[in-house]
Amino acid sequence: MKNILVIAEHDHATLKTATLNTVSAAQSIGGEIHMLVAGNHCAGAAAASAKIPGIAKVLQVDAGHYAHHLAEDLAVLIAGLAKDYSHVLAPATTFGKNLMPRVAALLDVTQLSDIVGVESADTFVRPIYAGSLLATVQCSAPVKVITVRSTAFAAAASEGGTALIETVPAAAPLDVARFAGQELTQSERPELTAARIVISGGRGMGSGEDFKLLEDIADQLGAAVGASRAAVDAGFAPNDYQIGQTGKIIAPELYIAVGISGAIQHLAGMKDSKIIVAINKDEEAPIFQIADYGIAGDLFKVLPELFAELDKLPPA
Amino acid sequence: MKILVTVKRVADYNVKVYPKADGSGVEIANVKMSMNPFDEIAVEEAVRLKESGKATEIIAASIGVSPCQEVLRTALAMGADRAILVETGAAPEPLMVAKLLKALVEREQPDLVILGKQAIDDDCNQTGQMLAALLGWGQGAFASKLTIPGGQEIEVTREIDGGLETLMLKLPAVVTADLRLNEPRYVKLPNIIKAKKKLLTTLSPGDLDVVLATQLTTLKVTEPPKREAGIKVADAAELVAKLRNDAKVI
Ligand SMILES: Cc1cc2nc3c(=O)[nH]c(=O)nc-3n(C[C@H](O)[C@H](O)[C@H](O)COP(=O)(O)OP(=O)(O)OC[C@H]3O[C@@H](n4cnc5c(N)ncnc54)[C@H](O)[C@@H]3O)c2cc1C
Repeated sequence: MKNILVIAEHDHATLKTATLNTVSAAQSIGGEIHMLVAGNHCAGAAAASAKIPGIAKVLQVDAGHYAHHLAEDLAVLIAGLAKDYSHVLAPATTFGKNLMPRVAALLDVTQLSDIVGVESADTFVRPIYAGSLLATVQCSAPVKVITVRSTAFAAAASEGGTALIETVPAAAPLDVARFAGQELTQSERPELTAARIVISGGRGMGSGEDFKLLEDIADQLGAAVGASRAAVDAGFAPNDYQIGQTGKIIAPELYIAVGISGAIQHLAGMKDSKIIVAINKDEEAPIFQIADYGIAGDLFKVLPELFAELDKLPPA
Repeated sequence: MKILVTVKRVADYNVKVYPKADGSGVEIANVKMSMNPFDEIAVEEAVRLKESGKATEIIAASIGVSPCQEVLRTALAMGADRAILVETGAAPEPLMVAKLLKALVEREQPDLVILGKQAIDDDCNQTGQMLAALLGWGQGAFASKLTIPGGQEIEVTREIDGGLETLMLKLPAVVTADLRLNEPRYVKLPNIIKAKKKLLTTLSPGDLDVVLATQLTTLKVTEPPKREAGIKVADAAELVAKLRNDAKVI
């Protein structure tokens, strides 16, 4: 039986947590797992990968043209390595979604996006229609190229392994795309996809300034701040706050939706949260149909009260 | 500059869809069908490039069953110059769509192909990246801004998990549209009438020398477990008490 290759998402020094969820999906397929860490001076990320129990081998590739994870260049590298593997998996983040279809096309195989379940080595479950349906699909491709929804698989352990790190040569650059800059949202708060608690605002917040009300509560709870598409489109919050079908998919222990109506495209991104709280002045808002606790009221009244209540709360 | 823009016919985003009674697929007979919302954004971007004098011709292409002509007519009404339908049976897999599009690109020689980033039915988010791979072109996936400084390169701002990233792509190139690239126009009646006179060509996969194959079999389609509605609480104090004592999440 051939082995499984997991593509690490990393910033050269450290691994992104979605990589650990992808490892766990690989483990449920079964077989020897190798990990590819391709970057520029990425020894740190390779060392972190080697510590994941269950990884048999880490392939480290360092080259200037992998510094910005350009799909054009990484796909050539991965397609070259993939022939020795039965499965190639990456997280269904913007990194994996950008890259893996390109890998699949170079290998002349179909690709499976966003799997949430592994039935067997060739049969997988994936959401369709904004998660309102689940499809079980069987794939006959010789190499299964897959992206993994991280909320559906627990993160693998990150300590205890001692995998061998092997250096692999880079592929030639394609020279069709060039990195020209980035604007990353700076925040002291936890990352949305990793946060235990998330508080999100929608169009009902009315303005970007009023997002401050959410941020204050987020800081009390150690939470991340999210948003609906309408709030992002209106400029209340940056694009990377968007939760939903076409934004981030999250499943925190507690999700607080404030001034969000609960459109299916939004629910697609948060309905697997453990506890959902909705604050909305419209008693009929669809968000209440999936909320564990709802407050029907004006958020401009409820949020300051919530802040005050949390402020009085003794430590757990 | 010549632009190829692609449109898919999908169940309207406002419609709730159900599995077929035998669970073998999705019931879309009698469901309202529309242009995939991301493709509307792609068409709008192409039309704006033409209006600003950057583009000279816009060709809209769709792949699928004969009624896909309707979404092509919409693209023509929005401002595309002519349309091509590659008629197939049920929706082919993204790899096959990419192969058909590659053949169209070789025939039409566009400088830029704009696609929606994902179709809201299968939610695959693959076709643009696959097409770029097959052509060996650069890809600006999940674009929220597109600028064309000269004739050699385009600048694409992409929505990524951490924020925004900007790439320079050599032309020809592939771009996939994200939600915030633009706001598509409403189509006006006179334009719908004008669109009826525009050229719409129908081709078969055979005309493009592509043999369709499948690698995926859908074994079943089900509804995910339903989440039950919980309770309404009176105020913030009661909420905090519930979250602390019952749910134990704070
Ligand atoms: C292709 C496509 C993809 C999409 N992808 C996404 C996605 O990824 N994520 C996403 O979120 N959406 C997405 N959408 C948009 C989605 O359909 C909804 O339009 C959007 O989620 C609505 O955002 P909202 O709930 O903030 O706004 P609205 O639906 O306008 O709801 C605002 C809510 O705020 C409440 N409110 C107003 N004022 C107050 C107040 N003072 N106090 C309390 N409550 C108040 C109102 O009662 C209302 O329920 C997508 C749509 C399409 C077509």
